[in-house]
Amino acid sequence: MTVEELKELSQKEKARQQKFKYRILYCSAAGCVSCGSGSLKDIFKEAFKENSFDKKCELVGTGCMGLCGEGPLVKILPDGTLYKKVDASIVKKIVRDHLINQQIVQENVIELSHPFFASQQKIVLKNCGEINADSIEEYIASDGYGALAKVLTEQKPEEVIEEIRKSGLRGRGGAGYPTGLKWGIVRKAVSERKFVICNADEGDPGAFMDRSILEGDPHRILEGMAIAGYAAGASQGYIYVRAEYPLAIERLKTAIKLAERLGLLGNRIFESNFNFRVDLRIGAGAFVCGEETALLRSIEGRRGRPRPRPPYPSEKGLWGMPTLINNVETFANIAPIIIRSSEWFSKIGTPKSPGTKVFALAGQIKNTGLIEVPMGITLRKIVFDIGGGTPDGTEFKAVQTGGPSGGCIPIEHLDIQVDYEALATVGSMMGSGGMIVMDSTSKMVEVAKYFMEFSVDESCGKCIPCRVGTKHIHSLLHKISKKSATIEDIQLLEELCAMVKDTSLCGLGQSAPNPVFSTLRYFRHEYEKLLKPVENYVPSSKISNEK
Amino acid sequence: MEINTKTNIQPVIDPRFKLLDRSLTKHQNKGDALIEVLHAAQGIFGYLDDELLVYIAHKLKIPLSMIYGVATFYHYFRLKPVGEHTFVLCTGTACYVKGADEIQKVLEHRCNVKFGETTADKKVSLIAARCVGSCGLAPVAVLDEEVVGKLNTTDAITRVEQWIGK
Repeated sequence: MTVEELKELSQKEKARQQKFKYRILYCSAAGCVSCGSGSLKDIFKEAFKENSFDKKCELVGTGCMGLCGEGPLVKILPDGTLYKKVDASIVKKIVRDHLINQQIVQENVIELSHPFFASQQKIVLKNCGEINADSIEEYIASDGYGALAKVLTEQKPEEVIEEIRKSGLRGRGGAGYPTGLKWGIVRKAVSERKFVICNADEGDPGAFMDRSILEGDPHRILEGMAIAGYAAGASQGYIYVRAEYPLAIERLKTAIKLAERLGLLGNRIFESNFNFRVDLRIGAGAFVCGEETALLRSIEGRRGRPRPRPPYPSEKGLWGMPTLINNVETFANIAPIIIRSSEWFSKIGTPKSPGTKVFALAGQIKNTGLIEVPMGITLRKIVFDIGGGTPDGTEFKAVQTGGPSGGCIPIEHLDIQVDYEALATVGSMMGSGGMIVMDSTSKMVEVAKYFMEFSVDESCGKCIPCRVGTKHIHSLLHKISKKSATIEDIQLLEELCAMVKDTSLCGLGQSAPNPVFSTLRYFRHEYEKLLKPVENYVPSSKISNEK
Repeated sequence: MEINTKTNIQPVIDPRFKLLDRSLTKHQNKGDALIEVLHAAQGIFGYLDDELLVYIAHKLKIPLSMIYGVATFYHYFRLKPVGEHTFVLCTGTACYVKGADEIQKVLEHRCNVKFGETTADKKVSLIAARCVGSCGLAPVAVLDEEVVGKLNTTDAITRVEQWIGK
């Protein structure tokens, strides 16, 4: 494949798409499939037959359209009308009224001016819900593989790294390490072989951004990885994806096969001297494997147990060779930065954390689903404007970010601007991007206990603070929730949490106490309410009132 | 684990081992493909029994202890057969906030087994998943490969009773 051939293919696909009077996109991501979008194609075909209307329509199964709680979603192009909760009877109406008589079916329309859509800015999710994930031509028609062609024909690896560095892109896996810097370290490392790994082991419960990206736009990840391979000097890539995401695995397999067939992966890509291959590695349900050194072990076929860093994987990684590990969303940002320049990217978001972030909104919130917003947006805007607040007017209590490593943010801190630093100051973290809203029905001690149970279960058992400490934190929380604890137990809990945080080997243990810390910080009264009554004891809430 | 390592490997009559051999050949009997091979084996046999692990150890030339270590480390691998039907309940945060713990309780009570176990008549296995990634539809369960969203306790019980046949 040459650059000209790529352009030709893109033109051809665009012309093909324009031939259709209507293109009917139906969401075929896991969320909508489970509300029945899988059968929509047949229902539409049947409705076409009934109304003897055909030939001018194309039915396209796409990735996630975002508003998962209202699925199955259907979008009609070229006018862009979006329909919610589409079932057989609505399909009939859409075909009869919209397609034949050009009358929009009002009762199921979603207004695109709604803040859920209007407040978003899509870079990573641009193709998600717009193209057929199983068609490489559709990806190419929306500028796909153009960035790879550009770097291979016009730029040196150092220039690519410089461009990514200037963009200010930070790792979207949670820690926020500057991506360009990481690439530079792997580039400089001297070794016969190097590797690029995409970390798609999205283990945080309540997070489904990576799954949606992989299911909706798998080629974007392959392209990002190939660019990273070129920049870092690696010729082999691995995608480590969870076994719990069978659809994402299928789509990635198809995407790799199609890219290899067109010569966009393999030897002498775009007739350069660059070779790059991507293989899949399927995880097996261990949360700790999201930690990079544990992930490396797992790819090597061993138990996923972390090891101390340094040496970092960028120096000594897979089989002891320099390895570049980035998250799915980080790779998804690469192609747009290359095509639209680092200046464009660095102007989005905040100066310290440029770009956008994809969040998965779930829990007690009206509009559940996937959103992409510029960094620096306030939590209040996300929860109340985009998310529509809590359902049925129940009272908002907290929003949980960062999964089992993060914390609960109460209403008084909702005006902070979302970026890596700000979330840390209120005792939570960016994490991978799960956001779970809790209302007054959630008991915070139970929530902390829930997360601690998770950490006890997922601790790999290598280091004692995490293996034993989390267990004891859990039993203390259990004691509190059973109303048999005293104030000393809370002090003990705090000490224990601090110890586990300071002395654990890897990120799992170090951040495992975070849910306890943050609930103690903001909802201490809920803990104290559950204590066994002690004589002469004054709860701290009373003391602060008297001051 | 007491296994006679000598008698159980040969001769292999079960045709399913041929399928497994194909996967082993694909990975050139390399030890670092262990997790891939275990995935394939579980896909073919449904679960990983002791004989199967011995067979894989023999083929990949890895100590059985290490294979056992890997198979027990990862939650996805099952060392016991599952029941005729599986009820995989998501216990992720969104599902938890939306009341998955209630569903868990009533199911455990109805089936008289804990999550992670199979009923005595081998009809239903209750399995807890960490997160199936369909948080928008919480609480979610996967019933025999079918994803069911916005579940409640009555629906859950009805589905299980259909399986049990009452």
